[in-house]
Amino acid sequence: MTKPVQRIASLISALVVSSVILSSTAMAADDAIAQGKKIAVDRKKGNCLGCHAMGDGVMPGNIGPPLIAMKARYPDKAKLRAQIWDATEKNPHTPMPPFGKHGALSDKEIDLITEYVYSL
Amino acid sequence: MRKYLSVLLAASVSLGAGSVTAGNAQDVADLKEYFMKKFPGVEIASLKDGAYALDESLYMQFENVEEFPPWEDFAAKGEELYNKPFANGKTFASCFGDDVTKIRAKYPYWNSELKTVVTLEGDINKCRTDNGEKPFKGKRGSLAHVSGYIASQARGQIINVVVPDEPEAIAAYEAGKKFFYAKRGQLNLSCADCHVYQAGMNVRSELLSPTVGHVSHFPVWRRKWELADKKNNDGLGTLHRRYGGCNKQVRARPFKNQGEEYRNLEFFHTSMSNGLEWNGPAYRK
Repeated sequence: MTKPVQRIASLISALVVSSVILSSTAMAADDAIAQGKKIAVDRKKGNCLGCHAMGDGVMPGNIGPPLIAMKARYPDKAKLRAQIWDATEKNPHTPMPPFGKHGALSDKEIDLITEYVYSL
Repeated sequence: MRKYLSVLLAASVSLGAGSVTAGNAQDVADLKEYFMKKFPGVEIASLKDGAYALDESLYMQFENVEEFPPWEDFAAKGEELYNKPFANGKTFASCFGDDVTKIRAKYPYWNSELKTVVTLEGDINKCRTDNGEKPFKGKRGSLAHVSGYIASQARGQIINVVVPDEPEAIAAYEAGKKFFYAKRGQLNLSCADCHVYQAGMNVRSELLSPTVGHVSHFPVWRRKWELADKKNNDGLGTLHRRYGGCNKQVRARPFKNQGEEYRNLEFFHTSMSNGLEWNGPAYRK
């Protein structure tokens, strides 16, 4: 049997380790959202504001719907990502560029934009 | 049986051809009706001023600029060039006739002998080469100046592009129409995506202009081009310069200046403004 002091010490260290892991996961998610936002507003990348009102972006276009309440509109995040990857899949007449399919953005960039848009 | 089939085939071909020619008038009527529904209260004739016809405050800014037109000095350069004799002593009037006001509205037209669409800019350069001069280069500068002068002399005349009932002419018109409605480039956008279906909407702060009224004011003076030309502040450019810019914006490779693709597009595109006034050159952002 281990001594009570030892047991408390190991408990504390376990707690510390797990909280570090948890907070670093949260930090990684925040980081992805911030990186995604950068790509989303970049005129040479996503240029989402060309057509959509989005977050605190100024002078957005109005061709596409405002990007709000995204979790309610896309309970399945994968479907949101698929829409950014190739919106023509659902509607061949859409003016939205097929960012993934046409290689305008990389897989990684689309992952990050999805994280940002999903947070709106 | 074979005879019956060939008669049937001939009938369907001629019917087909006839209906496509009627198709041009129908296309114009359909598009105008579409925009009348889309922009209630906006006169179709006023679309010669593009997106400015859709927004009162933008229109006032446009009017202010046009009071002292920035393109005027460059159209004056065009006038000088127009009247300056070539090395052989002749001038542009030897090609275009004595009345400079009667030129702009003839173009673009279908040349039944050459079986091709002829543009104003194409004929300006043809006149030069026919007279032993080098053609003007590119889509700006002297070519746009002469074209701008000619356009300025025809303001107020009515656009009336005719698609003759000839299979090749109809094919050229249809090729232009297909070009206009086909999605292209990495951004997968057709001309029609922005300038038919989304006309009147905003891309960022830019108001998208409707197709009817597009070509009336060319060669166009663009503020964007004026700013880009640090040396001369010359904002005049031809229609094909604009086409190239549009293609680049959707991340497609531009086609050749005055090549068949853009000439056919110009044929279709200009005819969509039939009945509106020629009012070039004019200012745009």
